[in-house]
Amino acid sequence: MRPPCDPSKFVADAVKNIPPSGIRRFFDLVSGLEDIISLGVGEPDFITPWHIREMCIHSLEKGQTSYTSNYGLPELRDELTKTYYRRYGLNYDPSSEVLITTGVSEALDIAVRTVVNPGDEVIIVQPSYVAYVPSVVLAGGKPVIVSTHRDDEFSLTAEALKPAITNKTKAIILNFPNNPTGAIMTQEELEDIADLIVENDLFVISDEVYECLTYGSKHVPFSSLDGMKERTIMLNGFSKAYAMTGLRLGFAMGSPEIIHSMMMIHQYSMLCAPITAQIGAIEALRNGKDEMERMVREYDRRRHFIVNGFNKIGLECCNPKGAFYAFPYIGNTGLSSSEFAERLLDEKKVVTIPGDVFGEAGEGFLRCAYAASIDDIRKALDRMGDFMDGLKQ
Amino acid sequence: MDEKVRHILEILENDARATPEEIASLIDMSAQEVSQEITKLEETGIIRHYKTIVDWDLVGENYVYAVIELKVTLERNQGYQAIAERIYKFPEVRSVRLLSGNYDISLTVRGKSMKDVAFFVAEKIATLDQVQSTSTHFVLKTYKEDGVILHEPETIKKLPVSF
Repeated sequence: MRPPCDPSKFVADAVKNIPPSGIRRFFDLVSGLEDIISLGVGEPDFITPWHIREMCIHSLEKGQTSYTSNYGLPELRDELTKTYYRRYGLNYDPSSEVLITTGVSEALDIAVRTVVNPGDEVIIVQPSYVAYVPSVVLAGGKPVIVSTHRDDEFSLTAEALKPAITNKTKAIILNFPNNPTGAIMTQEELEDIADLIVENDLFVISDEVYECLTYGSKHVPFSSLDGMKERTIMLNGFSKAYAMTGLRLGFAMGSPEIIHSMMMIHQYSMLCAPITAQIGAIEALRNGKDEMERMVREYDRRRHFIVNGFNKIGLECCNPKGAFYAFPYIGNTGLSSSEFAERLLDEKKVVTIPGDVFGEAGEGFLRCAYAASIDDIRKALDRMGDFMDGLKQ
Repeated sequence: MDEKVRHILEILENDARATPEEIASLIDMSAQEVSQEITKLEETGIIRHYKTIVDWDLVGENYVYAVIELKVTLERNQGYQAIAERIYKFPEVRSVRLLSGNYDISLTVRGKSMKDVAFFVAEKIATLDQVQSTSTHFVLKTYKEDGVILHEPETIKKLPVSF
């Protein structure tokens, strides 16, 4: 008989070194609980608009189930470049400057792998989405963290960024509108960052997946700033704006050199994004504007409701100007983010995400998604109010 | 249109019972301002009416609905408005529309029974001078009324926690 073995020894060091995700543990805590109200989601509560689903179904009925070009369906790339021209006056060439990917997640992974050499430093602005650090680590790069703060409404300042730049810095990952803080950045604030980028000859990976979800002011794509198009990979997708998370469709836009290099990885790892989702995305861009805007107005009302609600029950919360997250401050309760979130779940059955999951700078905060019905938000606020009263006693 | 007015109209179109306080909690206005805005919208006729969509089948009140297509001849000095007015005054008539195409006017009629509806059409509508012909289609089932789907929607299970 051959000897048994421990298969974990075959797992590569780079994978073993990925830190455990705080959310995994939370997920285990939640599963099995009844009567929970979740503000812990990172996806719209809306169902994909029917006209988009109907188009996907029709394409399946016709038998459109083949591979597409590695770059993605030409009609989709065409619609995307037209959309960006219409919205921002940005000129991207559909044949060489767009790559359709399986969600923004894939686009992020291959963008980082395209740019980062082993040992390169990549600046990651936190609090932010949880995938940036592992993506850089897996590519052999060294993540360097820059924090944003409540006093600046979580926008990135040049003063905060400057000291993090060394002669090894290759790139910076930006994410505005931001998950989890809901922060956006104005053109003037971004211009300051762009100056530093040029001064230090850096590259930018800008995850703009919440582009369409801004309230009161229009999004500014980083690549729309003077001189930034060649220095930027813009990442975006259909998940948030069109409620298409599970269809997994994203895209990257950048210079032909960069997009071609990303395609070199994409062609061997993913080959192409799912055709059904690509067809749905074409429909979304052609006819989805009204539905999308209706969803944004609905988020806007929930945002108003939840922010006022938090402030009423004694949780200071600034007004997020983008995405669908509120980020109330819980630091003055004497509990850490994870203590607060765990006790809230345990005692009141409300799911929120502890802010430190998104980086140390998120400690003292909770991420609360308002991509939930007003009824659920109201119930959650009532329960959280009770919880706060309990803490005071 | 003012963004705030659009918010108020969308909220009320979805739920006519939303109070000014509830609406104010969703937008950047005080309850008093919302109240004033709604009064203005009512006075200018932008808000026409508040109504309730009732599923009468569920209380055992089995109303019969029919869609009636009318072809009409217009008389000198009398347009469609005149015939529409004669028709819409009957309480049995729930809606009256002027249409393009093969016939001119479409009505929705509600009655207690098919016989009820049939007699109403034969006696009150078909006998009008301007009505050339009628064609009655009984409604077998209503799936959606005024934007509201009349059955319990399936709930989709999503992850309670995600990034």
